[in-house]
Amino acid sequence: MAITMTKGQVGLTGNTAVAYAMKQINPDVCAAYPITPSTQIVEEFSGYVADGAVDTEFITVESEHSAMSACIGASAAGARVMTATSSQGLALMWEMLYIASGMRLPIILTNVNRALSSPINIHCDHSDSMGARDSGWIQLYSETVQEAYDNLFQAVRIAENEKVMLPVMVCLDGFITSHAIENMSLLDDAEVRQFIGEYKALHSLLDTDNPVTYGAMTLPDTYIEFKRQQSDAIARAKDVVSEIGKDFGNRFGREYGLMEKYMLDDADVAIVILSSAAGTTKVAVDELRKKGKKVGILRPRLFRPFPFKEVADALKGVKAVACLDRVDSMSGFGGPLFNEVRSSLYESEKRPKIASRIFGLGGRDYKVKDAVGVFEELLKIAETGKVEVLTKYITM
Amino acid sequence: MAYFEVRWHGRAQQGIVTAAKMVGEACLRSGKYVQAFPEFGPERMGAPVRAYNRVSDEPIRLHCQVTEPKYILIADPTLIPTVNVLEGAPEDAIFIINTPKSPQEMRSELKLNSKKAAVYTLDASKIAIETIGRNMPNTPMLGALAKATNVITLDALIDNFKENYSKKFSPKVIDGNVAAMNMGFQEVKGE
Repeated sequence: MAITMTKGQVGLTGNTAVAYAMKQINPDVCAAYPITPSTQIVEEFSGYVADGAVDTEFITVESEHSAMSACIGASAAGARVMTATSSQGLALMWEMLYIASGMRLPIILTNVNRALSSPINIHCDHSDSMGARDSGWIQLYSETVQEAYDNLFQAVRIAENEKVMLPVMVCLDGFITSHAIENMSLLDDAEVRQFIGEYKALHSLLDTDNPVTYGAMTLPDTYIEFKRQQSDAIARAKDVVSEIGKDFGNRFGREYGLMEKYMLDDADVAIVILSSAAGTTKVAVDELRKKGKKVGILRPRLFRPFPFKEVADALKGVKAVACLDRVDSMSGFGGPLFNEVRSSLYESEKRPKIASRIFGLGGRDYKVKDAVGVFEELLKIAETGKVEVLTKYITM
Repeated sequence: MAYFEVRWHGRAQQGIVTAAKMVGEACLRSGKYVQAFPEFGPERMGAPVRAYNRVSDEPIRLHCQVTEPKYILIADPTLIPTVNVLEGAPEDAIFIINTPKSPQEMRSELKLNSKKAAVYTLDASKIAIETIGRNMPNTPMLGALAKATNVITLDALIDNFKENYSKKFSPKVIDGNVAAMNMGFQEVKGE
């Protein structure tokens, strides 16, 4: 699903592809404050603005907190709004992330995943977006440049869907995907326009004939009802993500689901992993399959809302599973992916054994041999039925 | 699955990240699947930088670093004593070095034990100054790479450069770099 040979292949980095997708989407407003490794997205998009290639109002701001604040204001006014950030930038947006989702604003944010300080590090891990996993944003994780590009268009449709009306975060791996040139194919501008359609906000602050209030004070008599509605909305996003992924596939030949299963149907053991590291893991699967080992991969693409029923169903025949998190939840019980997958499996009648492995923090390379090492451990667990080490760091 | 893997060593501002990009683009034009990526640290002029290529006839799913590159290009020979340019080099590695010295001299400077390894040298800085007007050794080295390998052709490099960079650079810069690639191709010597 990740790489498909179609007409007109080009070689672009993840950042250039995202900036180009933003140009094709032509949002009404972009407010952004560039930060490594997502800098080129904002740099190149501001070039499109300066050249008059888009109609976007580009708001230069003094911080990421202001960037998200400006996005919120513009979105509440009825604009289609996009931004991009990474790491400390996302961290500085924190309080505004919750305001965007609480106000049900369909803002699109590209997060190029990068480690959080301290110690300072500019390279890839998922600490930034995973910290924001309960902020009420929908989260999509991309394996390749092509998928990051394709996800952006789908994100617009998901966010603006009337059953959803929530902000979407499209994640791609810092440097590994953001700065790597890979083969990919671009859509035509007309195809993009048809796919995303015109945006007409349901409730606009600027529609003075139908005045509305955003971000009102709520007391204990109403706050919980707002949150309940928000919770229902993000739960509804799951089916919307599926429908839109299917529509994208019908139109452009690259179909996306809630997750990708690779050699999973008859697998004895499986690795669950997000984003670019899944590609490296696939190479390990191919090597081990040649030796007759039944190994497979589950790569969730949608992390919020977490598709727990589908994940449990996908792993029901597997004897042992390792969840590989590119983030540590620091004294939580394993990484975030492990938490979710393990909880998802609790209701299953026949649960696989399951282990948590933390890998690749701060850009540490995750190689084929690392994946092979995990699979070998899993095959042993499947044989003995015993998990000797429940959680540990690898790639050390 | 067979990969053609390249590692570039240089200093920031010598254009090796762009060179890796151009290798990727040229191979893509020839119908290959490509990756081109830099290894960034703190970004400052003159700092040692690495860049990589991975090229294949099939879709590439690996997203890890290139650790055993067959082709190692060194844009600045002053890096040899300070950076481990031999790291992960296979026995039959091919080195292409920007230096006025001979391949024999560089073989002993690199302390290469493997007789299967090949060494190519060219004075890419001199070529760059003559053709481009400044010390930008990346494009002469691309010409040398085309000579030393059959995976990438000089024509593909030049066609790609003319097509993709004509908007960004003046005709003078384009012509200078094309001449640099040609001279790099002609002048590189190997053993």
